[in-house]
This record gives sequence, structure tokens and C-alpha cells, in this order.
Amino acid sequence: MTMPSIVSRESTQNKAVQIQLDQVEKKFGELTVLNKLSLEIKAGEFVAIVGKSGSGKSTLLRLIAGLETPTSGFINFDDTTIKESKQSARMMYQDSRLLPWKSVVDNVGLGLKGNWVKRAENTLDYVGLLSYKNEWPSTLSGGQQQRVALARALVHQPSLLLLDEPLSALDALTRMEMQNLIENLWLEHGFTALLVTHDVREAVKLGDRIILIEDGKINLNIKNKAKRPRELSNASQALMEKNILEQIMNGN
Amino acid sequence: MRANFSKQLVPWIVPALIIVAWQLFSMYEIVSSQLVPSPWTVLSSAYQLVVSGELFYHMQGSLARAFVGLLIGGGIGFIMGISNGLSNISFQLSDTTLQMIRNVPNLALVPLVIIWFGIDEGAKIFLVSISVMFPVYINTLHGIRNIDPGFIEMGRMYDLKGWHLFKEILLPGALPSIFVGLRYALGSMWLTLIIAETIATSRGIGYLAMTAQQFMQSDIIIITIILYALLGKLADLLARWGEKKALRWHKNYAH
Repeated sequence: MTMPSIVSRESTQNKAVQIQLDQVEKKFGELTVLNKLSLEIKAGEFVAIVGKSGSGKSTLLRLIAGLETPTSGFINFDDTTIKESKQSARMMYQDSRLLPWKSVVDNVGLGLKGNWVKRAENTLDYVGLLSYKNEWPSTLSGGQQQRVALARALVHQPSLLLLDEPLSALDALTRMEMQNLIENLWLEHGFTALLVTHDVREAVKLGDRIILIEDGKINLNIKNKAKRPRELSNASQALMEKNILEQIMNGN
Repeated sequence: MRANFSKQLVPWIVPALIIVAWQLFSMYEIVSSQLVPSPWTVLSSAYQLVVSGELFYHMQGSLARAFVGLLIGGGIGFIMGISNGLSNISFQLSDTTLQMIRNVPNLALVPLVIIWFGIDEGAKIFLVSISVMFPVYINTLHGIRNIDPGFIEMGRMYDLKGWHLFKEILLPGALPSIFVGLRYALGSMWLTLIIAETIATSRGIGYLAMTAQQFMQSDIIIITIILYALLGKLADLLARWGEKKALRWHKNYAH
């Protein structure tokens, strides 16, 4: 099946951002959520961040998104500061956050200027939902809503896609479909992707690198060089999953 | 088809029985026809009022006051609701004052209003404005405050700022609540108008009722009451129509 491309190939590549976190600390009152955390993310890399609830993984994502400011430390994007690069970062949440008062295509076009309808429609076609363009979001299933949210993020051709547990509310089958969709989009467009998840298997399936955050610190930082698409039953992948899970369980 | 027809008929059984009973009461002079004129008398007086153009003239006066008052009071309430919903400083500054004024009964203002505005249109429009302002204010504020903060954060992430954020997210998100306020405001608008129009006037449905009282024309008083009921119902229908149109996306208003 050939998929319609959102934009021509030349403009999709090399539009990825490199991120550097230097001694980033985040406190909410007395509580230290991120503890002098340093991390380097290469342009075009797919980094999966795992950790228990309350480990600080979502806070890390929100800091990178510019939705929170670090208490101390720096976040640099290709040598530009957070505010400038925020323009080309897009975020997907656990809930789709589609505006219920806008049709599907108007949701995708949110924040676009000029003659955007064709672009929005192409992107909807890409996620396989063009025929739903005039529906209200409430009539769509959870998986379809997340597809629309994905289209809404992609239509801006982001150089950085931030995924905050976007698939955790979906059923297993839909989740696998969405994982493949995200992987294909990332392979084609080459943006930098940051996925926060509590599903270790998902992290192993998608990440070039899997980072485990515990108590605001990075306790594991593993590269995954397996070829894509990855077989979950593959022995080395299963072992990696097991090791990470063990570290989470025995960590504290 | 048959079931549908009888379903539409059922709500009108009680009103019809009341009118029949009313007609019988006055026909057999159980009460004096001076106090309770028969439906037939009321109907023919109504016809007289329509033909002479008098009814239209007074209705026009009342509707103009209602409309101008709604526009001014509703506008102020809407703007205050939006600004207090969005800005904490604005809320801190004005909410307490507004709540204090809200708790003053409108009618307590009548003597003061007459001194300030005289007995002209100004006084009536002022009273109507005051009465519609608060329901619109409170519900607009509530609507803005209740928007899912996730939507606002998402909007900021998608570069929506200022007017665009307002137009795409804040206003549509608050709209269901604003409509509740509007319908509430329409109710207190008629209520206040009735009383405002009993202050010396020469035009309006209230004037019609007051003069009818002086001349013991109970049929005309009844006509004005029915008129208020019909206008109130009409205004509510219009608001509901607008609500349904604007909130098609909302599952509670679909179909």
C-alpha cells in the first residue's frame, strides 16, 4: 500500500532537532522531581523513556516541551534556547485533546495559517481517516481520535515529536497498529521523537535508546540497535525487555 | 402516526379544559363578568387591540426596551465574565463588588433610578440591563473557568495566542454555560420589564395593563398577561434554537 506523502521528501529530511539537557533540576516546592539530570538526544533519534508513575518522566517531557521551566540547569536545542525551538515541537497526550466543537479536519488545521485545508486533508489521508474529515471528534473511537491527534501534530512538520503516553488508553490491537504507524511516520520524516511510556515492551519496540528514570535520575540508558520493524518474540529483544523490567522492580 | 398525533395533543388537554371551564363560569355568571370576563370577551377585545394597531404599538415599545436592555446588560455581563474568567487581577478587583450589587433586589433600586433617570426610557432600560447582567456574568465566568486546562495547554503548544486562543478554545468551550446564562437572563428580563413598565409610562405592555386596571378592563389585563407569557416563551424558543445551532457538537444538544 502506498501512502500519500505529507510533503515532498527533500523538505522532510534533515528537519530534526538535537537536544541537550545539562544538570537539569526541577523542584515543585520541597519535592525534587528531576535531580541534576543530563542527557543528550541526537537529531532524528527515537528515545523511549520508561519509569514508574511519579518518577519524573512526564515532567522531563514537559520541560523539553517548554510547558515548565527548570529550577536550575539548561536545555539546549541545536544551540538555540527553549523558546525558539518550541515552535517546531509538537506534543501528543494520553487523551487526544481534540476540540469537541471542531470537525476532524478543523482540528487537524488548528493553528495553521493560509490555505491549510488541502494539507490537513492529506495528513488525515495519511493516518487513514480522510473519510471522517467532517465528523465531530466525539463520534470517533479512542484509537481514531489518537490518529487525528497524530495528524494534527504531523501537519506542522515538527522537528521534535513529544509523545506523553499517547497509547496507554487504547486496547492492545489498536495500540500495536498505532505503534507501527508512529514508527513508519518517524522513519519517513526523520524527526526527533521522545516517547514517555510505562509499557517497557513498547519502549523496546520503538526506541533507538531506552532510558529508565527513577527518582528523578537516569538509572538505565540502553541502546537498541535491532532492525526495524522489530519482532517482539525475538530473543534479544525479549531479554532487553526482561532486564529493564527487573531493574524497575528491584530498583528500590 | 396516530401515536404521534395523540402525543402532540396530550399537553393541550389541560389548557383546553381550563378554557372551557372558564367560559362556563362566566356564561352562568358564577362570578361577575366584570371581574372575570369570558374567554370570548377577551378574544374579541384582543381582536379590537390588534385591528386598532394599539397592541402592536405597545408591544413594539416593550420589545425595544427588552432588546436594548438585554444588549447593554448582557454585553457588560459577558465582557466582565470573560475578563474575570481570564484574569485573576480583574477577578480580584471586581468580583466582590459585582456580587454585592447582585444581591441588591432590582426593585429596591426603583426609587433611586427614578431620581437618576427620571421616568424616561433610561430608567426602564437601566433596570432591565441590571437584571440581565448578572446571570450572563456568572455563567460566562463559570464557563471560562470550567474549560479543560488541557485544551488551553494544547492550544498554547499549537501557537494559539490572544484572540486566536479565545476564538478557537475559550469562547466555544464556555458557550454551553453562556447559553444557560442567556436563557436565565431572558427570564429575569421579562420579570423586570413588567415592573419597570408600571413606572409612569405612555407606552408598553405594562402601560396597557396599568391603564386597564384604572378602567376596570379585566379583559385587557388578561390579554397583557397572556402576551407576556407568549413573548417569554418565544424568547426562550429563540434562545434554544440558537443554542442547538451553536452547540451541534455537544452530545446533549445533538438532533
